[in-house]
Amino acid sequence: MIELDQAAYSYGGGELLSDMTLSIAKGSFYFLTGPSGAGKTTLLKMCYADLVPTAGNVRLFGQNLRNMTRDDIATVRRRIGVVHQDCQFLDHLSVLENIALPLVVSGQDKLADRANLKELLAWVGLSKRANALPPELSGGERQRAALARAIILSPDVILADEPTGNVDWDMSQRLLQLLIELNKMGKTILIASHDLGLIRTAKSQVQARVLRIYNRRIQLAGANL
Amino acid sequence: MTSLAVLLRQVFSSDGHRDRVVPPTGYTSILTTATSGIMAFLTVFALALSFAADRLGERWSDALSDSATIRISASAQEQDAQVERVMEILTTTQGVKSARVLSDEEQRMILAPWFGTDLPIERLNIPRVIDVTLNGEDFSAKGLALRLRAEAPAAMLDDHGRWRMPLVKAANRLKVLGWVSMILIVVALVSMITLAARAALSANAQVIRVLRLIGAQDSYIATAFVRRFSVRAFVGAVVGTVFASLVLFLLPSAEDPAGILTGLRIQGVEWLWILVLPLFSMCIGFFATRRAALIVLGELT
Ligand SMILES: Nc1ncnc2c1ncn2[C@@H]1O[C@H](COP(=O)(O)OP(=O)(O)OP(=O)(O)O)[C@@H](O)[C@H]1O
Ligand SMILES: [Mg+2]
Repeated sequence: MIELDQAAYSYGGGELLSDMTLSIAKGSFYFLTGPSGAGKTTLLKMCYADLVPTAGNVRLFGQNLRNMTRDDIATVRRRIGVVHQDCQFLDHLSVLENIALPLVVSGQDKLADRANLKELLAWVGLSKRANALPPELSGGERQRAALARAIILSPDVILADEPTGNVDWDMSQRLLQLLIELNKMGKTILIASHDLGLIRTAKSQVQARVLRIYNRRIQLAGANL
Repeated sequence: MTSLAVLLRQVFSSDGHRDRVVPPTGYTSILTTATSGIMAFLTVFALALSFAADRLGERWSDALSDSATIRISASAQEQDAQVERVMEILTTTQGVKSARVLSDEEQRMILAPWFGTDLPIERLNIPRVIDVTLNGEDFSAKGLALRLRAEAPAAMLDDHGRWRMPLVKAANRLKVLGWVSMILIVVALVSMITLAARAALSANAQVIRVLRLIGAQDSYIATAFVRRFSVRAFVGAVVGTVFASLVLFLLPSAEDPAGILTGLRIQGVEWLWILVLPLFSMCIGFFATRRAALIVLGELT
C-alpha cells in the first residue's frame, strides 16, 4: 500500500528524515513513535502525498509520488483517510457538513451515506454537536470529528496523527476500538502516537507493530517498545 | 448549443453543498454584480449607437443614390444646344431611368430662397439644371462625367456623392466606434472578473488546501468559484440590461423630427441582441473565472 524507498526529507536545513525504507502491507496495523519534533508528522505527510521526498521515493498504491498529477493525488487521497494533527476543518461549515465533505467532493453524496453519517456521528459521540461549527468544539471533539471524516469514504488506509492527543482515557480507548474494528475489516492503519498505554492496549488485541523514528532513521521497535 | 446547455446546467443546477464549500465573501460579491451591471448598461448603449449609425448610414445612401443632377452653364447661344446634347447622351447612358430639364418655374422656386420670387429668369444667363433619375447599380458617375467633359464641356455632373459620402462615412465611423466600445467593455469585464476571481481564490487558500486534503480535484474546486462568478455576472447583466432598455425605450422614437439624434431607440430584431447580453456576460464570467481558477490552483501547491 505504502512503500518508502530510501526516502529522505529536509525542510531546507539538514535532513530531518534520512534513508527511510519501509513497506506497509495491506491490512497491517502500525504505530509510529518518536520524540516531539522527530518528524512523525512529516513522514505521514509523505504518506498522503502532501510532501514529496527530497531524496529517494515514496510509492502509494504502486504509484510513484514523483510521477503523480494533481488529479492522481486527489484520487489517491480518497483511498487514504487522514486524521490530521491540526484537524483541518472548514470553519464555516458545521461538524456534520465537514464530516460529509469527502462524500460531496468525490461526488458520492448519496442518501444511503446520509444514514451512515448519522450512525457514524453517534459512534464518535458527536450527535449533539452535529450543527456546531468546528471552532466551537473542544480538542477531543475535534479529534473525534476528524476521525469520522477520515473514515467516511471507507478508505483502504487510515493515517492518524496523534488521534488521542486531546481525549480522555475512555474516549481514547473507544477511538482505538474503532481503529481496531476497521483493521479487522481489512483496513491498513498507521497511527502516530506518544501514548504508550494506548500502544500496549492495541498490542494486546491486534498484531500491531511499532515503528520508531530515532536519529533521523526509522526502526522497528522490539517487544519491549 | 449542447455545450451552452452544459454550461447553463453547471451554473444553475443547485448543488447546495458545493455552493457552501467556499465561504461567502460578503460585500465584495456586490461589487462583481454591480460592475457586470454597469458594463451591461454601457454595452446596451454602445449597441444602440452602432445600430442607429448603421440605420442612418443606410438611409443617407439610399435616399440619394437614385438621383443625380447635371448643371449646364454656357453662354446664352450655346446653352440650348448643350442641353440637347446632354439629353442625347443621357438616353444612351446605362443606369439612367429618366432625365428631365427643370422648367423655368421650378428653377425659380429653387432659387427663391436666395433671390426672391420675382427673379426674371428668362433674362438672366442662369445655368440650366437636368434632374436625372437613376436605377440602381449599373450607373457609373465617373463614366458619365468623362463623357460629358468630352462631348458637352459646359455640363457638370453632380451625383450628390460629394456631400453624401462624408455623411455615410461619418455614420460608418460611428458604427465602428460603437463596436470598439463594446470590445473595450468586454475586455474590461474579463479583466475585472479575472482580478476578482484571483482575489477570491487567494483569500481562500486555506479552504482550497483542506478541500485538496480530502481528495477534491481542481475542476471541482474551480467550479465552486466559477458558479459564483457566473451567477453574479448574469444577475448584474440582467439588471443593467433592463435599466438601459428602459432608458432607451423612454427616448423619443426615430420618426421624431429630431430623428438623427434620437434614433438610438432599438428596433425590431435588434432587441434580440439585447436579450443575449446577460447570457453573454454569464459566459464571460464562466470562462474568465475558470481560466483564473485553474491558473491559481496550478500556482497553489
Ligand atoms: N513547514 C515546515 N518548515 C520548516 N520546518 C518544519 C516544517 N514543518 C515542520 N518543521 C520542522 O520539522 C521538524 C519535525 O516536525 P514534525 O511536525 O514532523 O514533528 P513531529 O514528530 O510530528 O512532532 P510532534 O510529536 O510534536 O507532533 C520540527 O523540528 C519542525 O519544526
Ligand atoms: Mg506531529
